[in-house]
Amino acid sequence: MTAASSARPPSAMKPRRRLIRTRRLGLYAFLITLTFIWLVPFFVAVYEAVRTNKDVTQNGIFSIAQGLTLDNFIKVWGQTTPTFPQAYFNTLVVTIPAVVIVLIVGSMVAYAVSKYSWRLNLVVLMLFTAGNLLPQQAIILPWYRFFLTPLFHIPEPLSDNGMLYNQYLGIILIHVVFQLGFVIFVLSNYMKTLSKELIEAALVDGAGVLRIWGAVVMPLCKPAIAAMAALEFTFIYNDFFWALLLMSTQNKRPITAALNTINGQYYTDYNALAAAALLAAVPTIVVFLALQRYFVSGLSIGSVKG
Amino acid sequence: MSRADRSAASATPVQPGESGLSGVAAKSPPSRGRFDRFPFNRLPFIGRQRWHLLTRRDKAVLALMVGIPLAIDVVLIWGSLIVDLLWSFTDWRGVGDMTGGGLGHRFVGLTNYTQLFDGTYPFFWSAVLHNIFWLGFLMFVATPIGILLAVILDGQIKGMAFYRTVFYVPVVLSLALIGIIWQLQYAPDWNRGFIDGTLHFFGYDVPVVKDLPLVGQWFRDVSRTDWVGGPLAIVPTVIAASWRHVGYICILYLAGLKSFDPALREAAALDGANARQTFFRVVFPVMKPINIVIVVITTIEALRAFDLAYITNGGRSPLELLSTLITNNSISESDRIGFGAAIAVILAVVSLVPIVGFLTVTTRGDEQ
Repeated sequence: MTAASSARPPSAMKPRRRLIRTRRLGLYAFLITLTFIWLVPFFVAVYEAVRTNKDVTQNGIFSIAQGLTLDNFIKVWGQTTPTFPQAYFNTLVVTIPAVVIVLIVGSMVAYAVSKYSWRLNLVVLMLFTAGNLLPQQAIILPWYRFFLTPLFHIPEPLSDNGMLYNQYLGIILIHVVFQLGFVIFVLSNYMKTLSKELIEAALVDGAGVLRIWGAVVMPLCKPAIAAMAALEFTFIYNDFFWALLLMSTQNKRPITAALNTINGQYYTDYNALAAAALLAAVPTIVVFLALQRYFVSGLSIGSVKG
Repeated sequence: MSRADRSAASATPVQPGESGLSGVAAKSPPSRGRFDRFPFNRLPFIGRQRWHLLTRRDKAVLALMVGIPLAIDVVLIWGSLIVDLLWSFTDWRGVGDMTGGGLGHRFVGLTNYTQLFDGTYPFFWSAVLHNIFWLGFLMFVATPIGILLAVILDGQIKGMAFYRTVFYVPVVLSLALIGIIWQLQYAPDWNRGFIDGTLHFFGYDVPVVKDLPLVGQWFRDVSRTDWVGGPLAIVPTVIAASWRHVGYICILYLAGLKSFDPALREAAALDGANARQTFFRVVFPVMKPINIVIVVITTIEALRAFDLAYITNGGRSPLELLSTLITNNSISESDRIGFGAAIAVILAVVSLVPIVGFLTVTTRGDEQ
């Protein structure tokens, strides 16, 4: 093969190279067009948000701005239901514990199923993964019912109505249960690549399995854990469905679920709506830009087997 | 470890000295009971060597580590599907009897299902069509664009980090937020929506699509002159969803391409294959596992579609989807829990097809 191609006369290569160059130009044109199309919605949102409603109503969005202003952001900050500080707070109260719990529990299960082998190993992994892939709407009805009538009265600091319904605790619980499958799937794939000898050596030295999890496996999994933390933060931050249906008090809804109300609130003022949408988007975009590498690798380990 | 190795290992209990770690093993205290000659190979555990290193306490800890989350997962997720199935044979309406555990409602057999399938409830089949359209659009428009982008970005492109960021950012946004951002594009009237505003700027005034014969009335709700208000509102909605889906597929495929053996590509180039031939004849076939994963993920995305339709119009006609019918029938607008449960069962059963496909591909070669 090699001989055949190197034997090709140099003159035959020239038109080929020119062809490659035009094709390359075509590729760039395609890429730049698509990039432009992809950026337009962002530009429009930003351009709406920094203009007054009066300006856009009179001149249309496709016009030179009469002046730039941050009034829309200031206006929506304290005016939405819930207000932005409250919505961010709700998001944090739900997201931080959910991410921490799901990472701890998920890494434990992943460690147990990937580093120790027993007959039900694969079944366990499949039950978790498949559970995470089901559409949430397929299981909402029993959850809704269960949240209204949990097995026992949930005590005061955890729930102010004795139920899981309309409680931060309930939303945290459902995120943990639902996200576990994804974390276990990805982390177990990652842990399979860790050396067995290290764990065997630790066992022989007399370390218990829990100690090995904490002192050997977790430090080795740092990149994967970081990727999962970034991804899970985004997944839970972006949850619209659970909080919309299982949190009835609008003031207790995290930001993404609150968008449903905010969308209705500013139906006549798209400039304010655009500002609100950008405020809601900022945290995930910042996390993404800061942790892009982890983010991408997290999604990739999930689908491409390492 | 291969099947043969393992059966050999479980047939003859391994002595600590034989475990290949004899140097380390010799140092460990033998008094801890790790090396008891317990017939581990007869427990539900497969007798891998490592099991012989575990104390009874270690095993209990491991069992709890897996057992508790597994029990919760099985009861709350898989149990929910069984509850759905039971409810789907009843006409339970939920209200009035919230404490009865759902008991005491009337068993109606397959009535809920026949009502769905025979057209008594017209929204079911239109929702099915919408889900199919959603799937088709993502599969045959958005996914190929994502793959193409990944192939382009895999080459030596100047400013690659910039392009990648542009296509990846929508992936981290929620579909609810994307619904709002695209509402700004689709909104009616030249001084509200971006598309209408742009058309107006170039001299095509507001209801340009609306006034077109035939096409107009399908794409626009005449009373609301809204891009997402006409009977075919599903089209602009799924375009908004594609804005995110393309980037998602691009990430996944690019990861696959990065793990692609460059020697294969070089061999193809040396054989005189052009870029297109190389992709279709060499890269694409070798990437078969990831191709399947992408098909499966696209299918699951289409079945899960909810947020975008819900934020646009509450998931009602003309944007009804199987997922929104479940909540709208049973929670947000009505309380026909038995009826909604029947739709949930159908959605779950359909979803299990791609899920099983996904598990088959991703766990291939992992058989214990």
